[in-house]
Amino acid sequence: MTHPFLILQWLEEILHTHVGNHVMYAWLVMIILIVLAFLASRSIKLVPNGWQNLMESVVSGIEGLITDTMGPKGIAYFPMLATFALFILVSNLIALIPGFYPPTADLNTNAALALTVFVMTHVIGFKEHGIGYLKHFMGPILALAPLIFVIEIIGHIARPLSLTLRLFGNMYGHEVVLMIFIALVPFLLPVPMMLMGVLIAFIQTFVFTLLAMIYIAGALEEAH
Amino acid sequence: MEFFAWCMIAAGIGMGLGSFGTGIGQGLAIKSACEGVARNPGASGKILTTMMIGLAMVESLAIYVFVVAMIILFANPFTDKVVELLAK
Repeated sequence: MTHPFLILQWLEEILHTHVGNHVMYAWLVMIILIVLAFLASRSIKLVPNGWQNLMESVVSGIEGLITDTMGPKGIAYFPMLATFALFILVSNLIALIPGFYPPTADLNTNAALALTVFVMTHVIGFKEHGIGYLKHFMGPILALAPLIFVIEIIGHIARPLSLTLRLFGNMYGHEVVLMIFIALVPFLLPVPMMLMGVLIAFIQTFVFTLLAMIYIAGALEEAH
Repeated sequence: MEFFAWCMIAAGIGMGLGSFGTGIGQGLAIKSACEGVARNPGASGKILTTMMIGLAMVESLAIYVFVVAMIILFANPFTDKVVELLAK
Protein backbone atom coordinates (compact mmCIF):
# COMPACT_ATOMS: atom_id res chain seq x y z
CA MET A 1 0.00 0.00 0.00
CA THR A 2 2.65 2.51 -1.00
CA HIS A 3 3.46 4.33 -4.19
CA PRO A 4 3.72 1.81 -7.02
CA PHE A 5 7.11 3.14 -8.04
CA LEU A 6 9.72 4.23 -5.52
CA ILE A 7 12.88 5.84 -6.87
CA LEU A 8 15.18 4.66 -4.10
CA GLN A 9 13.74 1.14 -4.17
CA TRP A 10 14.78 0.96 -7.80
CA LEU A 11 18.19 2.35 -6.86
CA GLU A 12 18.46 -0.17 -4.05
CA GLU A 13 17.77 -3.07 -6.40
CA ILE A 14 20.58 -1.88 -8.65
CA LEU A 15 23.05 -1.35 -5.81
CA HIS A 16 22.01 -4.45 -3.77
CA THR A 17 22.24 -2.62 -0.45
CA HIS A 18 19.62 -4.80 1.33
CA VAL A 19 18.77 -2.22 3.98
CA GLY A 20 15.10 -1.62 3.28
CA ASN A 21 13.18 1.30 1.88
CA HIS A 22 12.81 3.24 5.08
CA VAL A 23 16.56 3.27 5.72
CA MET A 24 17.29 4.47 2.17
CA TYR A 25 14.75 7.27 2.50
CA ALA A 26 15.98 8.15 5.99
CA TRP A 27 19.46 8.56 4.45
CA LEU A 28 17.95 10.78 1.77
CA VAL A 29 16.32 12.94 4.44
CA MET A 30 19.67 13.17 6.26
CA ILE A 31 21.39 14.26 3.05
CA ILE A 32 18.72 16.91 2.46
CA LEU A 33 19.13 18.23 6.01
CA ILE A 34 22.94 18.24 5.82
CA VAL A 35 22.91 20.09 2.50
CA LEU A 36 20.36 22.56 3.88
CA ALA A 37 22.47 23.16 6.98
CA PHE A 38 25.58 23.59 4.81
CA LEU A 39 23.84 26.07 2.50
CA ALA A 40 22.51 28.03 5.46
CA SER A 41 25.81 28.23 7.34
CA ARG A 42 28.21 28.57 4.40
CA SER A 43 28.45 32.33 4.68
CA ILE A 44 26.93 33.62 7.89
CA LYS A 45 26.17 37.32 7.79
CA LEU A 46 24.83 39.73 10.38
CA VAL A 47 21.97 40.64 8.04
CA PRO A 48 20.78 37.24 6.82
CA ASN A 49 19.43 36.53 3.38
CA GLY A 50 18.47 33.46 1.39
CA TRP A 51 18.89 30.09 3.11
CA GLN A 52 20.30 31.59 6.28
CA ASN A 53 17.14 33.65 6.67
CA LEU A 54 14.90 30.57 6.34
CA MET A 55 16.89 28.40 8.73
CA GLU A 56 17.21 31.19 11.28
CA SER A 57 13.44 31.59 11.46
CA VAL A 58 12.99 27.82 11.78
CA VAL A 59 15.61 27.54 14.53
CA SER A 60 14.32 30.55 16.47
CA GLY A 61 10.77 29.17 16.21
CA ILE A 62 11.81 25.86 17.78
CA GLU A 63 13.86 27.73 20.39
CA GLY A 64 10.83 29.83 21.36
CA LEU A 65 8.70 26.70 21.67
CA ILE A 66 11.29 25.07 23.94
CA THR A 67 11.58 28.07 26.26
CA ASP A 68 7.79 28.33 26.40
CA THR A 69 7.29 24.66 27.28
CA MET A 70 10.36 23.72 29.31
CA GLY A 71 11.58 26.99 30.77
CA PRO A 72 15.18 28.23 30.66
CA LYS A 73 16.56 24.80 31.67
CA GLY A 74 15.27 23.21 28.49
CA ILE A 75 17.51 25.13 26.12
CA ALA A 76 20.34 22.66 26.87
CA TYR A 77 18.37 19.99 24.99
CA PHE A 78 17.73 22.20 21.97
CA PRO A 79 20.01 20.26 19.56
CA MET A 80 18.26 16.94 20.12
CA LEU A 81 14.72 18.35 20.00
CA ALA A 82 15.42 20.47 16.92
CA THR A 83 16.88 17.41 15.19
CA PHE A 84 13.72 15.45 15.94
CA ALA A 85 11.56 18.27 14.63
CA LEU A 86 13.50 18.80 11.39
CA PHE A 87 13.97 15.10 10.66
CA ILE A 88 10.32 14.22 11.22
CA LEU A 89 9.06 17.26 9.32
CA VAL A 90 11.18 16.57 6.24
CA SER A 91 10.35 12.85 6.43
CA ASN A 92 6.64 13.58 6.57
CA LEU A 93 6.68 16.16 3.80
CA ILE A 94 8.68 13.94 1.45
CA ALA A 95 5.60 11.70 1.20
CA LEU A 96 3.86 14.29 -0.96
CA ILE A 97 6.35 13.90 -3.81
CA PRO A 98 5.43 11.03 -6.15
CA GLY A 99 7.98 8.22 -6.00
CA PHE A 100 9.03 9.01 -2.45
CA TYR A 101 8.11 7.10 0.69
CA PRO A 102 8.13 8.71 4.12
CA PRO A 103 10.57 6.92 6.46
CA THR A 104 8.16 7.76 9.30
CA ALA A 105 5.51 5.50 7.71
CA ASP A 106 7.58 2.55 8.94
CA LEU A 107 7.48 1.20 12.50
CA ASN A 108 11.26 0.77 12.71
CA THR A 109 12.14 4.42 12.14
CA ASN A 110 9.51 5.60 14.59
CA ALA A 111 10.52 3.06 17.21
CA ALA A 112 14.12 4.29 16.93
CA LEU A 113 13.03 7.90 17.44
CA ALA A 114 10.67 7.09 20.32
CA LEU A 115 13.21 4.88 22.10
CA THR A 116 15.76 7.69 21.86
CA VAL A 117 13.29 9.98 23.61
CA PHE A 118 12.55 7.29 26.23
CA VAL A 119 16.21 6.60 27.04
CA MET A 120 17.18 10.29 26.99
CA THR A 121 14.34 11.15 29.40
CA HIS A 122 15.67 8.79 32.06
CA VAL A 123 19.33 9.61 31.41
CA ILE A 124 18.53 13.30 31.87
CA GLY A 125 16.52 12.49 35.01
CA PHE A 126 19.37 10.56 36.62
CA LYS A 127 21.89 13.22 35.58
CA GLU A 128 19.77 15.97 37.10
CA HIS A 129 18.67 14.35 40.38
CA GLY A 130 21.13 11.50 40.89
CA ILE A 131 19.62 8.47 42.62
CA GLY A 132 16.84 10.72 43.94
CA TYR A 133 15.25 10.48 40.49
CA LEU A 134 13.69 7.23 41.68
CA LYS A 135 11.38 9.36 43.88
CA HIS A 136 9.56 10.26 40.65
CA PHE A 137 8.31 6.68 40.52
CA MET A 138 7.44 6.32 44.21
CA GLY A 139 4.42 8.55 44.67
CA PRO A 140 3.78 10.73 47.72
CA ILE A 141 3.15 8.00 50.33
CA LEU A 142 5.97 5.58 51.16
CA ALA A 143 3.66 2.71 52.11
CA LEU A 144 2.06 2.73 48.67
CA ALA A 145 5.41 2.95 46.85
CA PRO A 146 5.57 -0.67 45.56
CA LEU A 147 2.10 -0.35 44.02
CA ILE A 148 2.75 3.10 42.51
CA PHE A 149 6.13 1.90 41.20
CA VAL A 150 4.55 -0.82 39.04
CA ILE A 151 1.91 1.57 37.69
CA GLU A 152 4.52 4.24 36.91
CA ILE A 153 6.74 1.75 35.09
CA ILE A 154 3.80 0.65 32.92
CA GLY A 155 2.99 4.31 32.25
CA HIS A 156 6.58 5.04 31.24
CA ILE A 157 6.74 2.02 28.92
CA ALA A 158 3.47 3.12 27.28
CA ARG A 159 5.11 6.44 26.27
CA PRO A 160 7.45 5.17 23.52
CA LEU A 161 4.70 2.79 22.36
CA SER A 162 2.19 5.61 21.91
CA LEU A 163 4.81 7.93 20.35
CA THR A 164 5.72 5.23 17.82
CA LEU A 165 2.21 4.16 16.94
CA ARG A 166 0.83 7.69 16.69
CA LEU A 167 3.37 8.82 14.12
CA PHE A 168 3.29 5.49 12.28
CA GLY A 169 -0.51 5.31 12.18
CA ASN A 170 -0.91 8.84 10.93
CA MET A 171 1.66 8.62 8.17
CA TYR A 172 0.83 5.06 7.08
CA GLY A 173 -2.88 5.77 7.26
CA HIS A 174 -2.43 8.77 5.04
CA GLU A 175 -0.50 6.67 2.52
CA VAL A 176 -3.25 4.02 2.50
CA VAL A 177 -6.04 6.58 2.09
CA LEU A 178 -4.17 8.26 -0.74
CA MET A 179 -3.59 4.96 -2.55
CA ILE A 180 -7.26 3.96 -2.17
CA PHE A 181 -8.39 7.34 -3.54
CA ILE A 182 -5.96 7.08 -6.46
CA ALA A 183 -7.29 3.58 -7.19
CA LEU A 184 -10.88 4.87 -7.15
CA VAL A 185 -10.62 8.18 -9.02
CA PRO A 186 -7.10 9.13 -10.10
CA PHE A 187 -8.10 12.57 -11.38
CA LEU A 188 -8.11 15.50 -8.87
CA LEU A 189 -9.81 13.55 -6.06
CA PRO A 190 -6.55 12.82 -4.16
CA VAL A 191 -5.61 16.52 -4.12
CA PRO A 192 -7.70 17.50 -1.05
CA MET A 193 -6.33 14.43 0.72
CA MET A 194 -2.78 15.54 -0.11
CA LEU A 195 -3.60 19.00 1.24
CA MET A 196 -4.66 17.34 4.46
CA GLY A 197 -1.37 15.42 4.32
CA VAL A 198 0.55 18.70 4.59
CA LEU A 199 -1.50 19.57 7.67
CA ILE A 200 -0.95 16.11 9.19
CA ALA A 201 2.79 16.34 8.52
CA PHE A 202 3.11 19.61 10.44
CA ILE A 203 0.78 18.61 13.29
CA GLN A 204 2.45 15.25 13.87
CA THR A 205 5.90 16.86 13.91
CA PHE A 206 4.61 19.42 16.39
CA VAL A 207 3.01 16.77 18.59
CA PHE A 208 6.04 14.46 18.63
CA THR A 209 8.45 17.29 19.46
CA LEU A 210 6.13 18.78 22.07
CA LEU A 211 5.60 15.42 23.78
CA ALA A 212 9.35 14.82 23.83
CA MET A 213 9.76 18.25 25.44
CA ILE A 214 7.07 17.52 28.03
CA TYR A 215 8.62 14.16 28.93
CA ILE A 216 12.06 15.71 29.36
CA ALA A 217 10.60 18.61 31.35
CA GLY A 218 8.86 16.05 33.56
CA ALA A 219 12.20 14.35 34.25
CA LEU A 220 13.83 17.72 35.02
CA GLU A 221 11.33 18.90 37.65
CA GLU A 222 11.49 17.95 41.31
CA ALA A 223 9.51 14.95 42.55
CA HIS A 224 6.56 15.70 44.78
CA MET B 1 -12.76 -19.09 3.83
CA GLU B 2 -15.14 -17.97 6.55
CA PHE B 3 -12.10 -16.94 8.61
CA PHE B 4 -11.14 -14.25 6.10
CA ALA B 5 -14.71 -12.96 5.86
CA TRP B 6 -14.77 -12.57 9.65
CA CYS B 7 -11.38 -10.80 9.47
CA MET B 8 -12.83 -8.20 7.11
CA ILE B 9 -15.89 -7.75 9.30
CA ALA B 10 -13.79 -7.43 12.45
CA ALA B 11 -11.49 -4.83 10.89
CA GLY B 12 -14.39 -2.78 9.53
CA ILE B 13 -16.52 -2.84 12.67
CA GLY B 14 -13.49 -2.27 14.89
CA MET B 15 -12.43 0.78 12.95
CA GLY B 16 -15.99 2.10 13.05
CA LEU B 17 -16.30 1.67 16.81
CA GLY B 18 -12.85 3.14 17.40
CA SER B 19 -13.49 6.26 15.36
CA PHE B 20 -16.98 6.65 16.90
CA GLY B 21 -15.65 7.24 20.38
CA THR B 22 -12.66 9.21 19.19
CA GLY B 23 -14.91 11.47 17.12
CA ILE B 24 -17.07 12.29 20.15
CA GLY B 25 -14.01 12.93 22.29
CA GLN B 26 -12.31 15.20 19.78
CA GLY B 27 -15.56 17.05 19.18
CA LEU B 28 -15.89 17.79 22.89
CA ALA B 29 -12.28 18.99 23.04
CA ILE B 30 -12.72 21.32 20.07
CA LYS B 31 -16.01 22.62 21.46
CA SER B 32 -14.34 23.62 24.71
CA ALA B 33 -11.40 25.17 22.86
CA CYS B 34 -13.77 27.24 20.68
CA GLU B 35 -15.63 28.46 23.77
CA GLY B 36 -12.34 29.35 25.42
CA VAL B 37 -11.15 31.33 22.40
CA ALA B 38 -14.51 33.09 22.09
CA ARG B 39 -14.32 34.24 25.71
CA ASN B 40 -10.65 35.19 25.66
CA PRO B 41 -9.23 35.66 22.15
CA GLY B 42 -5.90 36.74 23.63
CA ALA B 43 -5.21 33.22 24.90
CA SER B 44 -5.82 31.57 21.53
CA GLY B 45 -2.16 30.61 21.02
CA LYS B 46 -1.90 28.74 24.29
CA ILE B 47 -5.31 27.13 23.85
CA LEU B 48 -4.33 25.95 20.37
CA THR B 49 -1.15 24.30 21.69
CA THR B 50 -2.96 22.56 24.53
CA MET B 51 -5.80 21.48 22.26
CA MET B 52 -3.39 20.01 19.71
CA ILE B 53 -1.70 17.88 22.38
CA GLY B 54 -5.06 16.77 23.71
CA LEU B 55 -6.31 15.93 20.23
CA ALA B 56 -3.17 13.93 19.51
CA MET B 57 -3.66 12.00 22.75
CA VAL B 58 -7.29 11.25 21.92
CA GLU B 59 -6.45 10.46 18.32
CA SER B 60 -3.92 7.82 19.31
CA LEU B 61 -6.84 5.61 20.40
CA ALA B 62 -8.20 5.61 16.86
CA ILE B 63 -4.67 5.06 15.58
CA TYR B 64 -4.30 1.95 17.76
CA VAL B 65 -7.51 0.59 16.27
CA PHE B 66 -6.22 1.41 12.80
CA VAL B 67 -2.95 -0.42 13.45
CA VAL B 68 -4.84 -3.46 14.74
CA ALA B 69 -7.15 -3.36 11.70
CA MET B 70 -4.12 -3.21 9.39
CA ILE B 71 -2.55 -6.16 11.22
CA ILE B 72 -5.80 -8.14 10.84
CA LEU B 73 -6.03 -7.29 7.13
CA PHE B 74 -2.43 -7.39 5.88
CA ALA B 75 -0.23 -9.07 8.48
CA ASN B 76 -2.53 -11.59 10.12
CA PRO B 77 -0.41 -14.05 12.13
CA PHE B 78 -2.96 -16.87 11.71
CA THR B 79 -3.23 -16.73 7.92
CA ASP B 80 -0.65 -19.46 7.30
CA LYS B 81 -2.28 -21.80 9.82
CA VAL B 82 -5.74 -21.28 8.34
CA VAL B 83 -4.50 -21.82 4.78
CA GLU B 84 -2.75 -24.97 5.95
CA LEU B 85 -5.93 -26.25 7.59
CA LEU B 86 -7.97 -25.42 4.49
CA ALA B 87 -5.59 -27.36 2.27
CA LYS B 88 -6.18 -30.55 4.26
